[in-house]
Amino acid sequence: MNMLKTFSKGGVHPPENKISAGKSIEILPLPQKVSIPVSQHIGAPANVLVAKGDKVKVGQVIAQSSGFVSANIHSSVSGTVESIDAVLDSSGYKRQAITITVEDDEWIESIDRSTELKKDIQLNAQDIIKRINESGIVGLGGATFPSHVKLSVPAGKKAEVLIINGVECEPYLTSDHRLMLEKGHEMMVGIQILMRALNVEKALIGIENNKPDAIKYLKSIAGEYKGVEVHGLKVKYPQGGEKQLIKALINREVPSGGLPIDIGAVVHNVGTAFAVYEAVQKNKPLFERVVTVTGKNLPKTANYIVRIGTSVAELIAAAGGLPDDTGKVVNGGPMMGKALTSTDVPVTKGTSGIIVFQSKESQRKTDSACIRCAKCVSVCPMGLEPYLLNRLSQRMMFENMEHEHVLDCMECGSCSFECPANLPLLDYIRLGKAEVNKIIRSRKN
Amino acid sequence: MSSVLLFSILMLSLLGVALAIILYLVAQKFKVFEDPRIDQVEAVLPGANCGGCGYPGCRGFADAFVKSEDLSSFFCPVGGNDTMNAAAAVMGKTVEAKDPEVAVVRCSGSPENRKRIVKYDGASSCKIATSLYSGDTGCQFGCLGLGDCVAVCKFDAIYIDPVTLLPVVSDEKCTACGACVKACPKFIIELRKKGPKSKRIFVSCINKDKGGVARKACQLACIGCGKCVKVCPHDAITLENNLAYIDFNKCKLCRKCVEECPTSAILELNFPPCKPKVEAEAQVEKTE
Repeated sequence: MNMLKTFSKGGVHPPENKISAGKSIEILPLPQKVSIPVSQHIGAPANVLVAKGDKVKVGQVIAQSSGFVSANIHSSVSGTVESIDAVLDSSGYKRQAITITVEDDEWIESIDRSTELKKDIQLNAQDIIKRINESGIVGLGGATFPSHVKLSVPAGKKAEVLIINGVECEPYLTSDHRLMLEKGHEMMVGIQILMRALNVEKALIGIENNKPDAIKYLKSIAGEYKGVEVHGLKVKYPQGGEKQLIKALINREVPSGGLPIDIGAVVHNVGTAFAVYEAVQKNKPLFERVVTVTGKNLPKTANYIVRIGTSVAELIAAAGGLPDDTGKVVNGGPMMGKALTSTDVPVTKGTSGIIVFQSKESQRKTDSACIRCAKCVSVCPMGLEPYLLNRLSQRMMFENMEHEHVLDCMECGSCSFECPANLPLLDYIRLGKAEVNKIIRSRKN
Repeated sequence: MSSVLLFSILMLSLLGVALAIILYLVAQKFKVFEDPRIDQVEAVLPGANCGGCGYPGCRGFADAFVKSEDLSSFFCPVGGNDTMNAAAAVMGKTVEAKDPEVAVVRCSGSPENRKRIVKYDGASSCKIATSLYSGDTGCQFGCLGLGDCVAVCKFDAIYIDPVTLLPVVSDEKCTACGACVKACPKFIIELRKKGPKSKRIFVSCINKDKGGVARKACQLACIGCGKCVKVCPHDAITLENNLAYIDFNKCKLCRKCVEECPTSAILELNFPPCKPKVEAEAQVEKTE
C-alpha cells in the first residue's frame, strides 16, 4: 500500500473516540419552541423581518442578510413569533434571537419535499450563487463563513480545483461521516453544482483513513460523477483546516495572510455540499443540520437532524439526559469547541456536535513552568512558535507578536494539547490575536 | 629602559590631550540645547513612570510640561496637587487645584450575593475569560475576580479579597493612575472623586439587565427602579439602561439614596455609622 497523503508541518493525533460513528442519522422530534439567533455566521448580523405575533412557515425568511458577508436566516419551524429578544448564546452573552412557538409543521410551498434524487442541474453559475446566497448557506464545518462569498471568485483570480472537506479530524464528531455514508449521491450532486458555480473541472474529496467505509462507498459512486476524485488521508489533526487540507491534497501552500483562492483552490465542507444540493435542486433553504450528540457516559449517542434554534437541552434529553458526573458540555469538537455555560442555548448553523464530558476527563491539569522542550513548535501546523507567543502575550508585547505572525494561528489547540507543562498556550495566543487585530484596525483609521 | 617608559607616557598623554581637544570641539559644534527646567520638573515628579498622566513616563511628562504654554491639561495623578504646584513653580506659573480621585470597584457580587453557576478552569486572566465566555455567574457584567487589575497596579493598592473574591482598593495607596481602569475588560473600575475624608457614595453595580433578570443573578444588583433618582435632592443621579449612576461632581454625600435603595446596590464608604433614626428624630424635637 502506498503512503497516505497528509500535510507536512506539525499536527497531533488525539484519541479518536468516534463513539457515534455507527449510528444512522435520526430525525429529532420537533421541539415546543425554537430560538433562532440572527447572527449565526461570520459577518454582519441579519436584519429581522418579522414582528411579535406573526405567523411563520418552515423555510420562510425571517431575517434578511445585511451585506455581502452576511446570510439570510430562515424559520426552521411553523408557528407564531413569540418574541424578538436577547437570548444566551454559547458563551453566555446575550444576542438577539427570534423565538417561535411551534404549531404543526407547515412548509412553504416552493420546497420540494420528495426524497428522490435529482441529478440534472438546470441553473447556471450565477443563478446557483444567487440561490445559495438566498438559502442562507454558510460553511457547515464550523467556521460558518457565508458560502456565496467563497464562490464569488474575485476578478483576476481563477479557481482551478474544488476541494471537499470530509476529513472530520475533530475527535468524537461523526455528523459528516454519517452524511457521506447516507447522503453520498446527494452530496456528489452538490459537488457538481459547486463545480459549475466555480467553473472548475476537478473536485477532490479528502477523507481521513479512520472512515474506511465512507472512502469505499464514495469511491464506488464517484465514477458516476465527472471530475470527482476521492482521496483517503492519514489521520492527523488539524487536517480539516483548509490550509492543511490543501497542502495534503494538492501540495500547495496558502501564503501567510492569503486565502486559498490565491493558489487556485476553494474548500467546502461535505455538509455544505449537501446543503447546496438541497437548496439548488429541492429549493430548500438551510434550516436544519446534522448534529452529533455524544459522550462516554451518555446513555445513547446519536446523529440527529436538528432544526436550527432547538435548545441543546432537548438534544441531550433525547440522548437520555445529562449523566450525574458531567463536567462540561462542549459545543463543537473537543479540540476547538466551546464549553457551554448553560444547556439552554440554541443549536445554530455552526453546531456540528454536542459532547458531554465526564468531570474527570474535562478538568484542566495544573500547569507548571515552560521547560522549552519545543513540543509546541514541532506540532504547530502553521509553523509558529507558541511558547514565544505565549510569553509575548503575557508581557503584553503585542507588536512583537505581529512580527511573529500570530495572525496565522488558526486556534487549532495542538500546542495546548501537546504541552507537557499543561500551559494554557492557546488562551494567551488568542488574546494576543485579538489585541493585534485591534492594533491593525487602529493603524487603518 | 627609563627612556622607553618616559617616551610611552609622554606619547599617550599627548594623544589623550589631542583627542580631548577634538572631542571638546565636536561637542561644542553639535551641542543640543535642552531646557534645564525639564530636569527640574522631572526631579519634583514622583518617578513612578506609571503613565497615569498619559505621557510615556515622568521624563515624557516633564518634557511636554515645559514645552507647553497651557498647563491646565496636565495632571500627575500620583503626585497630586502638591506635585503639580511644585512643577508649576519651576515654570513660574500656577495651576488650578484638582480634586483627588480614587479607583472604585463597581461590583458587589460576592459568592454569597451572586451564585456561581459554572466553574472556569482556563488561564487566570480576566481578559482571556472575557474572550471565552460571559462569566461564572448569571451576571454578564460583573467582576470575574481573576485579578487583571491587581496585576497592573504599580502601587500595590488593590488586592482580591479572599472571601468576597472582589478587588479591594486601598484609599491610602491608590494614586488614581487609572491603570486598573484600562486593564478591566468589564469596565467595572471607575475613577471617582475621593471626597472629604475619603467619603464617597456610588452605585456598586454596572448590570444593565432588566430588574428581574439582574436581581435573579445577584442579590445586590441595581434593578433600575429609579427610587434613588426621585429621592436625590441634588439631581446627581441619572438612570440609563436599567442602571443608576451618581455624578460625583453633583453629589453632596447626603446619603438619602443609600437608605432608599431596595437592593443595597448603592454603597457608602468611610462614613461614620448612621445614628438610629428614632434618636435622630428625638434630637430634632429637642432643638425645637
